[in-house]
Amino acid sequence: MAKPKIAIYWCSSCGGCEEAVVDLAEDILDLVQKIDIVLWPVAMDFKKKDVESMSDKSIVATLLNGAIRTSEQEEMVHMLRRKSVYMIAYGACSHLGGIPSLANQFSREQILKFVYEDGPSDVNPEKTRPLPSYVDNGRDLTLPKFRNVVRSLDQVVDVDYYIPGCPPTPEITKNAIGALLEGKLPPKGTVLAPDIALCDECPRKESKPTDLSFTEFWRPHQKEIDTEKCLLAQGIICMGPATRAGCGALCTKGNMPCSGCFGPTSRVRDQGAKILSSICSNIAPKEDEQIDKVLAKIPDPVGTFYRYGLAHSILRRKVSLPTNGE
Amino acid sequence: MPTTPIKNEPVKIGYYICHCGTNIASVIDVDAVAKYISKLPNVVVSRNYKYMCSDPGQKLIEDDIAKYQLNRIVVAACSPLLHETTFRNATRKGGLNPFYFQMVNVREHNAWVHSDREQATRKAIELSRAAVERVSLHKPLEIRKLPINPNVLIVGGGIAGIHAALVLANAGKHVYLVEREPTIGGHMAKFDKTFPTLDCAACVLTPKMAAVGKHPNITLWTYSDVVKVDGYVGNYKVTVRRRPRYVIEELCTGCLECIDACIYKEPKFSDEFNLGLGKRKPVYIPFAQAIPSIATIDANTCIELKTGKCKKTCVDACGDRKAIDFKQKEELKEITVGAVIITTGFKTFDARRILYYGYGVYPNVITSLEAERLLNAAGPTSGEFLTRDGRKPKQIAIIHCVGSRDENTNKWCSRVCCLYSLKLAHLIHERTEAEVFNFYIDMRTPGKSMEEFYNRVAEEGVNFVRGRVADIYPDPSDGSTGHLVVQAEDTLLGKILKVPVDMVVLSVGLEPDPASENIRKMFNLSCGSEGWFLERHPKLAPVSSFNEGIFIAGCCQGPKDIPDTVAQAGAAAAEAFSIIDLGNIEIEPNTAYIIESECSGCKSCIPLCPYSAISFDTEKHKSVINEALCKGCGTCVAACPSGSIVQNLFEDEEIISEINGLLEPIEVK
Repeated sequence: MAKPKIAIYWCSSCGGCEEAVVDLAEDILDLVQKIDIVLWPVAMDFKKKDVESMSDKSIVATLLNGAIRTSEQEEMVHMLRRKSVYMIAYGACSHLGGIPSLANQFSREQILKFVYEDGPSDVNPEKTRPLPSYVDNGRDLTLPKFRNVVRSLDQVVDVDYYIPGCPPTPEITKNAIGALLEGKLPPKGTVLAPDIALCDECPRKESKPTDLSFTEFWRPHQKEIDTEKCLLAQGIICMGPATRAGCGALCTKGNMPCSGCFGPTSRVRDQGAKILSSICSNIAPKEDEQIDKVLAKIPDPVGTFYRYGLAHSILRRKVSLPTNGE
Repeated sequence: MPTTPIKNEPVKIGYYICHCGTNIASVIDVDAVAKYISKLPNVVVSRNYKYMCSDPGQKLIEDDIAKYQLNRIVVAACSPLLHETTFRNATRKGGLNPFYFQMVNVREHNAWVHSDREQATRKAIELSRAAVERVSLHKPLEIRKLPINPNVLIVGGGIAGIHAALVLANAGKHVYLVEREPTIGGHMAKFDKTFPTLDCAACVLTPKMAAVGKHPNITLWTYSDVVKVDGYVGNYKVTVRRRPRYVIEELCTGCLECIDACIYKEPKFSDEFNLGLGKRKPVYIPFAQAIPSIATIDANTCIELKTGKCKKTCVDACGDRKAIDFKQKEELKEITVGAVIITTGFKTFDARRILYYGYGVYPNVITSLEAERLLNAAGPTSGEFLTRDGRKPKQIAIIHCVGSRDENTNKWCSRVCCLYSLKLAHLIHERTEAEVFNFYIDMRTPGKSMEEFYNRVAEEGVNFVRGRVADIYPDPSDGSTGHLVVQAEDTLLGKILKVPVDMVVLSVGLEPDPASENIRKMFNLSCGSEGWFLERHPKLAPVSSFNEGIFIAGCCQGPKDIPDTVAQAGAAAAEAFSIIDLGNIEIEPNTAYIIESECSGCKSCIPLCPYSAISFDTEKHKSVINEALCKGCGTCVAACPSGSIVQNLFEDEEIISEINGLLEPIEVK
């Protein structure tokens, strides 16, 4: 019997998710025994046309990492969707938009202008910008179109499952692939990680006081962090209470706060709004001026509270731009 | 209660919009609204009717439920405060769970505040569509009943607390009356006479105090404070700290022999009851008719308690009664009560805050409360009204509105000062034959017999000067004899007056007592910006607080005179009675609960609950909501960072669908 076919593809991503697959270490050998990888640009030499020539639904699952920003990425995910039984969003960018979706704070024009004109290292007196198509000496050159916004995978195609994390840990990757191969999958749309917040598995949980009463916030490098005590109790923003568990509290065990990469639990629509509402209601001062002083110590609120989830959040920019293909 | 929902039963909604006579129908095209709503998915019946709250209106709902097998009801009418219960009951009578109902307010929120018919109709459609969207998701809920403890706690033993305690105790209910001072009686016990009848305050008050002291249904704890409050209506758990008075209450007979025998032959220490105008010994009874009539030993001044080296002549005097116990410790009493009445009263304005009146600088500038003590036959001067240096005053100024109606201190009118100033003018004039000048801004004498009293005092020859006093200073022509000059503009004559006087009485206003702020926090009472405890409704719930089963009466709610205080106290007692006499209480089901398997135990919710309803289960490492305490405010639900708290009737999906219903564009044809 033919082994099940798996595709691994990347869009707007850093490559960390590819590393995460390699991170399976010797388990990957076991995996390769059981499956046929039919597409994995970072590691294997398959071409787009190879996949195109396969019949629809002939791939069991595509593990797709990275957010979607360009027309080329759209084209690829639409094709992979057609070819696959299961489309699996792999990693925070594909799941929620990830770090690339922090670009959604700016318009396309702002981004292009900064990158090609105003950036400190730019040398571009002609203010040349890349064009989607250009004819050079009779040769047609094309580039993918740069869309208005960054989108998560499910904002582009139908997604069956999500494997969260930046990147997903080997443990949850293995469990997810195991469930897939054994056909023991939960209902469609499930995030393949525990549906409880990180505090549940954080070794510092017991030291969290009932009343945090924030008077000051610190960034991790501004303070010597107590290795045992709840980070929020030390005035360090930790996304743990608003973030899905499943990583084994890697960051807090490493003396760093949770930055929220597993995204919210299934019951929460907007991770950033939730942690904001929780943290802000625990700020000690009650007068506007004093509250502002405390909040001023969070220099990048969007980057802090929406680090991985801006595309998927209910926040929109000042000007609402179409989030469809354009 | 009927109705377990049938699984996957199709939703069938009945929608009704009320004309409310012409209240709603004159602004909103109710016909158009009903027509629009009838076309929405799941809506089976959509009607408009003249008075939905009338019997035929309610019957319409019941009949439609039977006829069309409706399983959800939406009524667009007035405020849910008015008729939500009415329509829930109609829904129940039709055989449905009463929470399969949603009300839309198209009167207060719409018809009464808009005039553009088209826009108002559009808004009514939007609001109704939101309700139709959310009602499909409603779940059947149960109104729960909890038993009620029949006892009542009253905090504060002034005239309000005394009256409320007697009303309840006489009705057969057990009352715990807690007072921080060694005696009950409050401010009223300090007054000489009361306006406008001029009957003696003690004569009317002390019989009531004595009745409290010996009432079998009243547990009186003086020299005590409430230190902790838990629980909820019908079941408040209260901890009261009984401070040691070093005298065993049960053994003391109030014979005063210990006081006579005290090692201090003469009273030496400032007497709190007389505002420091008199002296007392370390062992004392505040005043002759104090209740309980039990000596108190002040640990700050008693030699034995300070050094342990006193001859203890008091113990010898007490003899076989053995009532004195220098080893007495504070005691914590835990009680359970069904209702609480807060009657913590007021404090008088600190006249030092208005520097130019010279209170605390010139000995002959005194406050009105001090004047009461000086006039009182049982007071430090046995009723002789003299200057500090013992002279009989010939001219006296009484200044109204000290710390009232003043942008720089307190903006409110303290309501009683004009009248007690008239009373003091009368009494001082009567006792000393001095010439009295009352300086006032406006003479405010509302109420039964009050204006007549004003006329009477005016006829007695008291001088009234309409004008705010600008300055009080020592008479420069007079060396150091203590004479003062009161300077004010007589606004009726348009002249600056400088009146030489021997004494000045400052009619200080009433202020919230900062010492009761603690009580306010423990009982979760709201207060206005001034600090007076807030009643639930200024007209229709004047002695209720925002917390079920906690009532307020007397001056802690705002300045008022004795008759109004007693009336409120009686009202609060009746309100408390109506709760505790029921035996049990119904709890609205719109409470929040934590899904145990989903709670990560992050504790974010715990400090946010304004009703202290959330606690941490240290064994399960999860937060738990006490649903009997929960008022359904939703604070924890919004703040739960993992979305693990659900509020009945306000589940996320219900709210989101409501928002969707509100925001979808509308085509009105």
